Amino acid sequence: MNNPVTSIKLVLLGEVAVGKSSIVLRFVSNDFAENKEPTIGAAFLTQRVNINEHTIKFEIWDTAGQERFASLAPMYYRNAQAALVVYDVTKPQSFIKARHWVKELHEQASKDIIIALVGNKIDMLDEDPTERKVAREEGEKLAQEENLLFFETSAKTGANVNEVFLKIGENVPLKQAADGSNNGSGLNVRRDNGWIWQTRLIQPRKPLTVAAESLVVLITKVHISFPERFRTEYGGVAAWAVNLCKTVSWNQP
Amino acid sequence: MDQEKVDTDYDVIVLGTGITECILSGLLSVDGKKVLHIDKQDHYGGESASVTLSQLYSKFKQNPPSKEDREGKFGKDRDWNVDLIPKFLMANGELTNILVHTDVTRYVDFKQVSGSYVFKQGKIYKVPANEVEAISSPLMGIFEKRRMKKFLEWISSYKEDDVPSHQGLDLDQNTMDEVYYKFGLGNSTKEFIGHSMALWTNDDYLQQPARPSYERILLYCQSVARYGKSPYLYPLYGLGELPQGFARLSAIYGGTYMLDTPIDEVVYADDGKFEAVKTKLGTFKAPVVIADPTYFPQKCKSTGQRVIRAICILNHPVPGTSSADSLQIIIPQSQVERKNDIYIAIVSDAHNVCSKGHYLAIISTIIETDKPHVELEPAFKILGPIEEKFMGIAELFEPKEDGFKDNVYLSRSYDASSHFETMTDDVKDIYFRVTGHPLVLKQRKDPEQE
Ligand SMILES: Nc1nc2c(ncn2[C@@H]2O[C@H](COP(=O)(O)OP(=O)(O)O)[C@@H](O)[C@H]2O)c(=O)[nH]1
Ligand SMILES: [Mg+2]
Repeated sequence: MNNPVTSIKLVLLGEVAVGKSSIVLRFVSNDFAENKEPTIGAAFLTQRVNINEHTIKFEIWDTAGQERFASLAPMYYRNAQAALVVYDVTKPQSFIKARHWVKELHEQASKDIIIALVGNKIDMLDEDPTERKVAREEGEKLAQEENLLFFETSAKTGANVNEVFLKIGENVPLKQAADGSNNGSGLNVRRDNGWIWQTRLIQPRKPLTVAAESLVVLITKVHISFPERFRTEYGGVAAWAVNLCKTVSWNQP
Repeated sequence: MDQEKVDTDYDVIVLGTGITECILSGLLSVDGKKVLHIDKQDHYGGESASVTLSQLYSKFKQNPPSKEDREGKFGKDRDWNVDLIPKFLMANGELTNILVHTDVTRYVDFKQVSGSYVFKQGKIYKVPANEVEAISSPLMGIFEKRRMKKFLEWISSYKEDDVPSHQGLDLDQNTMDEVYYKFGLGNSTKEFIGHSMALWTNDDYLQQPARPSYERILLYCQSVARYGKSPYLYPLYGLGELPQGFARLSAIYGGTYMLDTPIDEVVYADDGKFEAVKTKLGTFKAPVVIADPTYFPQKCKSTGQRVIRAICILNHPVPGTSSADSLQIIIPQSQVERKNDIYIAIVSDAHNVCSKGHYLAIISTIIETDKPHVELEPAFKILGPIEEKFMGIAELFEPKEDGFKDNVYLSRSYDASSHFETMTDDVKDIYFRVTGHPLVLKQRKDPEQE
């Protein structure tokens, strides 16, 4: 339970219909859905994995279908620490697309991103081996040249799917990932009714302390009543109070 | 290719992926509308994109330098995300509000802008953001500070239904000049409040009712209060992240995206209403189209205003700013004998928008003469040596009609203001016209389950 937790942003890339969403579904829910419709509103999933006394929390971003007409935004893979570049072993075109994505990631993504090349749908070869259109060696060769992890999987049977994520987990530089995706000074504005101070702010301040401080200052220094609309959110009141004290008590020498 | 079949019928077609269009696309998808979003260009953002240095050169220069020369001087192209329009987010403004409610904050990280500066008698001064700065600020004399305090107390305590708190002033009857007079504020304080806090770009507001000024000053104070150094926030990797973030929101709720897809023809029904667009990927139908002005130039008119923008690359911080990694500088019109203020927005490698050691400054103002580049001279002087400069003039457009007649709803060009408040007004206005009800922001129900 007390394992240190490392979060990694993992993105999926590859031609439409190669099985990206299915691989995620298999990994996260150990499930498979034949001919499933793209799920609206679910393009972000998390899954925890324990590796050597350490918990890796995968934050998995699916494409939300934007890959369909070559409209995936660079924002999608910009901060990724890991990427699955997926192709369909029965579709040579999808392997060409995979090469493209590997190149794009090397150019646009962070330098120490971990990329796994994944040839999916190997279950289809069980029925008919002639279905294979991308040789295993071809995948291995590309992986070798570009320094990628390499797997052949089936989201349908589950073959090798967990292994992909475990291997990525083993290769993640733990410490670096633990500070989050940027250098620790960014304001990461999150949900919850309004704003919160993220712990990785340069000067962490607890809202409660701020509120208390400012009320003291208010009562002792400046006597001002607040417009009603600032009272809804105590953080807002506090901040407004602090600021007012700051801007208003200008008459001190 | 065995691409699955593409739907041809939608509730709304959106053309152009500028921030205005992307927010609308996101909001409408969340509302359950089936949205098709198309851009003729191969990247997101339209006029509000952030581009790489090589894209910037090819956009602005006849003879761009070779790749080797460029990289020798400025480093890797991928390190650059240069905004085409200079704007910051007000920390307490409407865009921030929309970002938080739609949870798009999940995709974009922000940094606070380090300071706002104002130009006065040949020098720049930091607009005080805390007590220490206020006390030591040479912007105002001690007695003036006292009067300023009274004025800010009035702003903060003003309550609509509490008549004594109005102190005899009526926001809708009194002009802002009358408000200043009541508090005995001098000309330089008026300039400070009107231009550095209310962010008016000229002095027309003085003779107008005080309410808009009151609201702007309130917004400014609340925004400074959020984080304390300045009222502004800026996204890591540049403003172009914002349209991409809202596009993802739209896609998650079922929106379909097609970049690099020019519109070959717009089809209208017999009654003149919009019917469909024809593209290389097929013909797509919807009862309504939303677009930026570049898709329907004949349905737009000039606002009469033209903006000049100069994107400058520096290899040093701006002198006199304590090496701030980001700032805004306002040059009030009266300081340089103009009618409109000049703005400078500065960001740096701290925001992942340029390679290490560089700073990006974008100067902008509304053109007043036939030698617009000369109008920017005072700003160039403040910046010091400039490594590279890209200048462009933008004519501002607005739709001729409200869209009810033909169901073509058009956005406005991005104006010369330093933040996004007029842009979000436009979003809300278009949303209202398209849906028939005002935009009510609800907290998004964590559909990307955890
Ligand atoms: N036989 C087989 N079919 C698969 C496999 N993975 C995905 N599919 C099917 O391929 C189609 C596309 O899968 P999807 O996950 O939506 O692909 P995506 O567009 O890359 O996200 C669906 O009909 C899946 O059922 C697999 O490993 N084997
Ligand atoms: Mg998918």
